[in-house]
Amino acid sequence: MLDLRGVETFYGHIQALRGVDLHVGEGEIVALIGANGAGKSTLLMTVCGKPAPRAGSIRFQGKELAGRSTHEIMRTGIAHAPEGRRIFPRLTVLENLQLGALTAAPEHFATDVERVFTLFPVLRQRSGQRGGTLSGGEQQMLAIGRALMSRPRLLLLDEPSLGLAPMIVQHIFRVIRDINETAGVSVLLVEQNAYHALRLARRGYVLVNGRITLSGEGAALLDNPEIRAAYLEGGARSDKAGTGA
Amino acid sequence: MEYFLQQLINGITLGAIYGLIAIGYTMVYGIIGMINFAHGEIYMIGAFIALGTILAIGPVGAGAVVLAILLALLVAMMLTATYGWMLERVAYRPLRGAPRLAALISAIGMSILLQNYVQLTQGARVKTLQPLVAGGFTLMEHDGFEVSLSYMQILIVVATIALMTIFTLVITRTALGRAQRACEQDSTMAALVGINVDRTIALTFVMGAALAAVAGLMVTLYYGVIDFFIGFVAGIKAFTAAVFGGIGSIPGAILGGLLIGLIEAFWSGYFSIEYKDVAAFSILVLVLLFRPTGLLGRPEVEKV
Ligand SMILES: Nc1ncnc2c1ncn2[C@@H]1O[C@H](COP(=O)(O)OP(=O)(O)OP(=O)(O)O)[C@@H](O)[C@H]1O
Ligand SMILES: [Mg+2]
Repeated sequence: MLDLRGVETFYGHIQALRGVDLHVGEGEIVALIGANGAGKSTLLMTVCGKPAPRAGSIRFQGKELAGRSTHEIMRTGIAHAPEGRRIFPRLTVLENLQLGALTAAPEHFATDVERVFTLFPVLRQRSGQRGGTLSGGEQQMLAIGRALMSRPRLLLLDEPSLGLAPMIVQHIFRVIRDINETAGVSVLLVEQNAYHALRLARRGYVLVNGRITLSGEGAALLDNPEIRAAYLEGGARSDKAGTGA
Repeated sequence: MEYFLQQLINGITLGAIYGLIAIGYTMVYGIIGMINFAHGEIYMIGAFIALGTILAIGPVGAGAVVLAILLALLVAMMLTATYGWMLERVAYRPLRGAPRLAALISAIGMSILLQNYVQLTQGARVKTLQPLVAGGFTLMEHDGFEVSLSYMQILIVVATIALMTIFTLVITRTALGRAQRACEQDSTMAALVGINVDRTIALTFVMGAALAAVAGLMVTLYYGVIDFFIGFVAGIKAFTAAVFGGIGSIPGAILGGLLIGLIEAFWSGYFSIEYKDVAAFSILVLVLLFRPTGLLGRPEVEKV
């Protein structure tokens, strides 16, 4: 459904992606992990054309996205809950959701907003409140809800668990699994929390300095010693604890 | 007392016109974070188009005056909006992402260009118009001093209130207004939800220009005299009004316009007409010293 081939992205002279190949299949959850500054957010934003790739191809459901403008790309069935949530701070929760629904048919609005409120009941209570006054967790829920309002076929999620309490993280991951299973939405998930991400995802990719260095089944990656050492904080800690004991 | 009332009426009328122009400054600033220095010229062009339309219609009977004004309003709004659109296309869009200074210089260049363009095509001499809307009410008379409220003044204030209401509704209630506010707050995220940011910015210029055209028509009808240079001073005053009220805020623009109009009217009424501009700008400086965000501006205390 989404196919990246040889994608190169630059910020001025700085190259952030170096020939990235990546595939997300229909109905799949794919995790993308990597250290800070590896280029994970850049990869998701490049799919959306911000920045546009300088080389390579990005095909979505058979259509080439590279070179098209962002607002066109976002009308093809892709939604992005980007890094930092980017809630419109001086718009209400409801207005944020209305903007999410911009590319969807208006007749779906009532049912879709109801679905988001069912997934995240706290948003219903806050619907008249300005986005900027929500807590971090509420903002993350709103960011995902806003992305869902466009009825995407592919959902891009950039660190949805960042800075959230474990309970909320669990809730958000459950919602991601749920929309994948019930609505068949494909998900490309960037996560610091590699353990959670690789358990949720069918497959995963590891990005290092703008290059994909490893890929495979989520479970296999979880067992890979390199990954355990580099990205699984918990794993590394338990290893250390093991040697210390 | 009578004199005070008369200056109050004059000040409100003048302030309404400044307010209409100021909305254009404030909306464009809101969405691209830049002062559109050519906006005063857009207003001037609006005045010329309005005058040209009225002259082209020719003399009309008393009954048809309303129709003539409405037609002039429509033509002026549409053509001036086209100028606003072209201005954004030519002077701003190519410089999106460039340093602010570049866009600022481009705007000043456009301002000079438009002035010269009108000077060359319309001539440097003032253009005059016989009053279309004459007469009014005498509110009171005392010791030979009359307080009068002309039909034209009523028209200006009513039109300003109507337009401000319509624009506020567009911005707070419609999908276009929501898109504008989204672009204002985070243009990257706006694009990510599928908003065509360039088009939304262009529409903002178009709306501001259409309002400036209304102000241009009002001034033409009110004073009956225009020339290619009127955009400069009116532009600076309206810009001051926008900053005074809190740049980015539409009610602020109208409030700032009213205050500048009133300060000007009272200062020239009670002190000296020569120093009226100094008075307006001095009060602006004072306000900004104590409230840097302007009267209705929003202080930057938000968690993002
Ligand atoms: N707007 C920008 N301008 C210039 N360089 C940028 C910009 N955004 C990112 N970079 C650079 O590109 C590289 C990749 O950044 P990116 O944000 O994609 O990393 P990331 O993998 O998402 O990291 P993190 O886990 O910290 O979010 C970094 O070296 C970063 O400094
Ligand atoms: Mg990132």
